[in-house]
Amino acid sequence: MDLTAQRMTAAPESGAGTEAKPRLGDRIDAWLPKIVLAPTFVCALVFIYGYILWTAVLSLTPSRMLPKYEFAGLAQFEALFANERWWLALKNLALFGGTFVLVCLAVGLLLAILLDQKIRGEGLIRSIYLYPMALSFIVTGTAWKWILNPELGIERLLHDGGFENARFDWLIDPEMAIYTVVVAAVWQSSGFVMALFLAGLRGIDDSIIKAAQVDGASMPTIYRRIIIPSLRPVFFSSFMILTHIAVKSFDLVMALTNGGPGFSSDVPATFMYSFAFTRNQIGLGAASAMMMLMIVVAVIVPFMYSELRRPRHG
Amino acid sequence: MAEMTSTRNTGQLVGRTIVYGLLVLVCFYYLMPLFVMVTTSLKSLDEIRAGNLLSLPQDPNLDAWGKAWSSACTGVQCEGLAGFFWNSVSFVVPAVLMSTLIGAVNGYVLTMWRFRGSDLLFGLLMIGCFIPFQVVLLPMARTLGAMGIANSTTGLVFVHVVYGLAFTTLFFRNYYVTIPDELVKAAKIDGAGFWLIFRRIILPLSAPIIVVSIIWQFTQVWNDFLFGVVFSSGDRQPITVALNNLVNTSTGVKEYNVDMAAAIIAALPTLFVYVVAGKYFVRGLTAGAVKG
Repeated sequence: MDLTAQRMTAAPESGAGTEAKPRLGDRIDAWLPKIVLAPTFVCALVFIYGYILWTAVLSLTPSRMLPKYEFAGLAQFEALFANERWWLALKNLALFGGTFVLVCLAVGLLLAILLDQKIRGEGLIRSIYLYPMALSFIVTGTAWKWILNPELGIERLLHDGGFENARFDWLIDPEMAIYTVVVAAVWQSSGFVMALFLAGLRGIDDSIIKAAQVDGASMPTIYRRIIIPSLRPVFFSSFMILTHIAVKSFDLVMALTNGGPGFSSDVPATFMYSFAFTRNQIGLGAASAMMMLMIVVAVIVPFMYSELRRPRHG
Repeated sequence: MAEMTSTRNTGQLVGRTIVYGLLVLVCFYYLMPLFVMVTTSLKSLDEIRAGNLLSLPQDPNLDAWGKAWSSACTGVQCEGLAGFFWNSVSFVVPAVLMSTLIGAVNGYVLTMWRFRGSDLLFGLLMIGCFIPFQVVLLPMARTLGAMGIANSTTGLVFVHVVYGLAFTTLFFRNYYVTIPDELVKAAKIDGAGFWLIFRRIILPLSAPIIVVSIIWQFTQVWNDFLFGVVFSSGDRQPITVALNNLVNTSTGVKEYNVDMAAAIIAALPTLFVYVVAGKYFVRGLTAGAVKG
């Protein structure tokens, strides 16, 4: 964060120090930075903003297998919200996103605090917590699909451990399938949140803590009253990243449950893929994509706004 | 007094034991899936059916690995993951190098050659980190088709470069902001031009951030599934898509050992990078997290 606080004092307008008669080369030099940045700028304009607009246009047309540019009003959105599968996807996103974000924040914070107690072998432990982040969600999904296998996975382990009647079949239970996605997603992402919190903890000024100790405050009080509140910016960035992962989550669901059993673990991302690319309902797919964008905006913008309005410390 | 310190020490000892105990327990939790993957991949199918998840392989063998690499079915064809592995390599390498290079130059302009509107430009680009990619899939599919690079290596390189630029630019910009201004200013007064300063002053200072960017992009692009499954098909697909097909191919007996071997094969390149350069990987993660 402090990197951005540093501002370049002078913004050189162009190739400075060439006051002598301007030559063609100098003029090109003066334009060079802009020319160099132009392709990226054009890319962002076309492939981000232009495409969002394009998707928005598609969502207002009756397109099915091929784009058909006729105005259909909000018919696709009406169809979307009349679709039970879409509501189920939204409900799953809320269940999955809510649990995933909360558990990740809690686990990440707890692990970071534990690791911050001058632990021997901290480096090794940290690497172990973080390696899942290097894996593809498809690999994670494949691994957990096997671990959660209703016959041979954890259930068998429980049986062998003496719990003869134990049942653990979330993968094939329509009510619970979405929570298998939570289990796997937390396994993959919580180490990352830990790393963020740990970096935050290391950034706290020791003298404040020492002063509180001298005043006789106990460690739990210090954590509750001083340390955790000062981690606010870390909560902020973790929340944004986790929400983002949750809304985008597609690969993990595809690999773990493929939206099943039935459509019971569908999320908006799998819904969008299925309608736009396998069921040839381009208009409806575009409408669902626009809704996903709006969900991200609706969650992140107010949060960002309230956070950026707060006076910055340090 | 002595008694007090001794109870305090006991208390501390108990506390530390609990802390270490918890930390080690959590280590087992994170390592368990990897352990299960590796042991399952070394077992025979009979042994898998008879034993349980955590049992060690009685007669470890690499049969499942061989099958996953060269003869497992990924849909209609049964040629293993080998071809798809090289597919991934063929688009990941150019995509990573190009996005890193362009990101470096962008970061250089955005810090050392700022002009009116360059901050706004950076802000516009950063929003690219936030959008759910579903919102660009349909137009991109049409564009790639129109350009004639749908279902090709070129198409995937293009997509990954375009949507990776926001992150690489962010990395380099945030890194270059910390380079003292005077360095570049002095060079400008001496009459050094744009590219000369970049090559002679900036690039030699950039090694750590180049590593961060390459590792980050490599992990992202290698692990991508969404672009792969939408923009490629058949034998042009990346390894993540092939792995998913392999696991979900429903013909014949479910071979869990082959599934696990295949998953490890797909994970090996990024795991290797993590083991070798974990420090930089973490730095990339946190740099990506702290949006400029």
